[in-house]
Amino acid sequence: MPSQEQSRPQRRDDAPDEAPEPTPASPEASARKENLDSDIDSVLDEIDGVLESNAEEFVRGFVQKGGQ
Amino acid sequence: MTVRRVMGIETEYGISVPGDPAANPMLLSGQVVHAYASAQGIRAAHASWDYADEAPLRDARGFEMGRGVADASQLTDEEDPSLANVVLTNGSRLYVDHAHPEYSSPEVTSPRAAVAWDRAGELIMRESVRRLSQVPPGVNLYKNNTDGKGASYGTHENYLMRRETPFSDIVRHLIPFFVARQVMSGSGRVGIGQDSRTAGFQISQRSDFFEVEVGLETTLKRPIINTRDEPHAVADLYRRLHVIIGDANHCDVANLLKLGTTSLVLAMVEDHAIDEDLTVSRPVATLHRVSHDPTCRELLELRDGARLTPVQLLWRYHDLAEKWLEERYAGELDDDTAEVMRWWALVLDRLERDPMEASREVDWVAKLKVMQGYIDRDGLDWSDHRLRAIDIQWSDVRPDKGLFHRLRAAGRFEELVTDAEVLDAVHEPPVDTRAYFRGKCLEKYPDQIAAASWDSVIFDVPGHTSLQRVPMLEPLRGTRATVGPLLDRSADAATLLRELASASG
Repeated sequence: MPSQEQSRPQRRDDAPDEAPEPTPASPEASARKENLDSDIDSVLDEIDGVLESNAEEFVRGFVQKGGQ
Repeated sequence: MTVRRVMGIETEYGISVPGDPAANPMLLSGQVVHAYASAQGIRAAHASWDYADEAPLRDARGFEMGRGVADASQLTDEEDPSLANVVLTNGSRLYVDHAHPEYSSPEVTSPRAAVAWDRAGELIMRESVRRLSQVPPGVNLYKNNTDGKGASYGTHENYLMRRETPFSDIVRHLIPFFVARQVMSGSGRVGIGQDSRTAGFQISQRSDFFEVEVGLETTLKRPIINTRDEPHAVADLYRRLHVIIGDANHCDVANLLKLGTTSLVLAMVEDHAIDEDLTVSRPVATLHRVSHDPTCRELLELRDGARLTPVQLLWRYHDLAEKWLEERYAGELDDDTAEVMRWWALVLDRLERDPMEASREVDWVAKLKVMQGYIDRDGLDWSDHRLRAIDIQWSDVRPDKGLFHRLRAAGRFEELVTDAEVLDAVHEPPVDTRAYFRGKCLEKYPDQIAAASWDSVIFDVPGHTSLQRVPMLEPLRGTRATVGPLLDRSADAATLLRELASASG
């Protein structure tokens, strides 16, 4: 954690002087969450592009006879 | 013996014609087999199946079911000329089983090889779909196990075991293991209940279709332990344990663990090394409950009153295996066994912390993660058709349409077997089982083979009035090491048979 003396150059413009230092999630954790979010977004985008356009009809049409 | 033993995977693929749900699946399945076989230059009259040694109604408990009381779907050995049935050069069998095209992998000796030849089957089905697509609307195939409407079709594992091992020991130790195994190797499914009457997501495609603990059936009243006793090998020495409870896997790691951990448990059973009673109370109901709980927190109750999560129960088996391997092999593990033990611990560790951490290794986790993404983004609930569509399309064999294949191409899964190894396995048999002899004979003398099966090749040699049958009742004979040179120097089947006769004479 930065000491008072060290905090000045790191202070962000939107952080008022009198407010206590916010305790953000660790930068690593936030970055990981953002990565995960953008990762799942790109997975969904990929699937959106190929998913059967009429899902209901596609599901209704997939009828199998039982096997072993 | 460790994870290594003679084993294989057979998979019935889901089949449909776009826009025509009423299309006849038996005829379509025949077309799938025919499309692939004819492209390989295999004619129906050649390399058909030899049923002489098949006995699907023999029961491991020591009796035989009368044909009169068997359901028609259990009679798999009566040849129907309208049903296509071929043996391929990789030693596999491609045929129509009931209303599905089935690929039965050649016999292999390691879980890793089982994964490779199982994936080869996906490419074979994909090639057939590609050929059939040239006449629209074509035929689509799905490597899954249910239509979500009440029908299920199987992915079966086969393990060669010593005949002397009491079947009751196998039953006792395997039932609890199978109740829990699905959390590592389930493929995920939208819908609870055989016909999906309750909305939701569950871990396994197959679990809801299992209704009894032990039995001979495979198409109705499915049992956790199947007793079919058809060794396709010297019956006095071997049994082939036929496991029908697994899901079709796409993830290499899940597939490797399905085969590898089961083989290890069997090895311990054969060695009488399991000294704990892990019997689970009410196994069929518990199997369903475990499948219905993607948090993996559902508690199983053991006979001694202990309550464990499925992951904790699998840790018990893992630790037994680790201890047994240490005692038997003193830490000198073969690569295949070491690989299985490494992934086993890693996957259990992830499932225990947060199942979502296993999305690169385990099918159901990967599928659930995608579906949860849709739910979060679009506000869907579990009855939404889009989620059911994703569930089905996940397993489409086509590289552009199949969702798993799209995500694999994008590097989202751990891959243990390379694409090059899989391509090789499409045409080449394993070198270390009798599948080598079978496959190479099909490759070298296709016009001189009348029929083949797991334990025989029947030759039709010019100049001979009768067919000549080469029995192969020892799965570990007919390997490249033993017959490779013989095959290399036999330009035709007549020479091969002469050499075989003089070698054995």
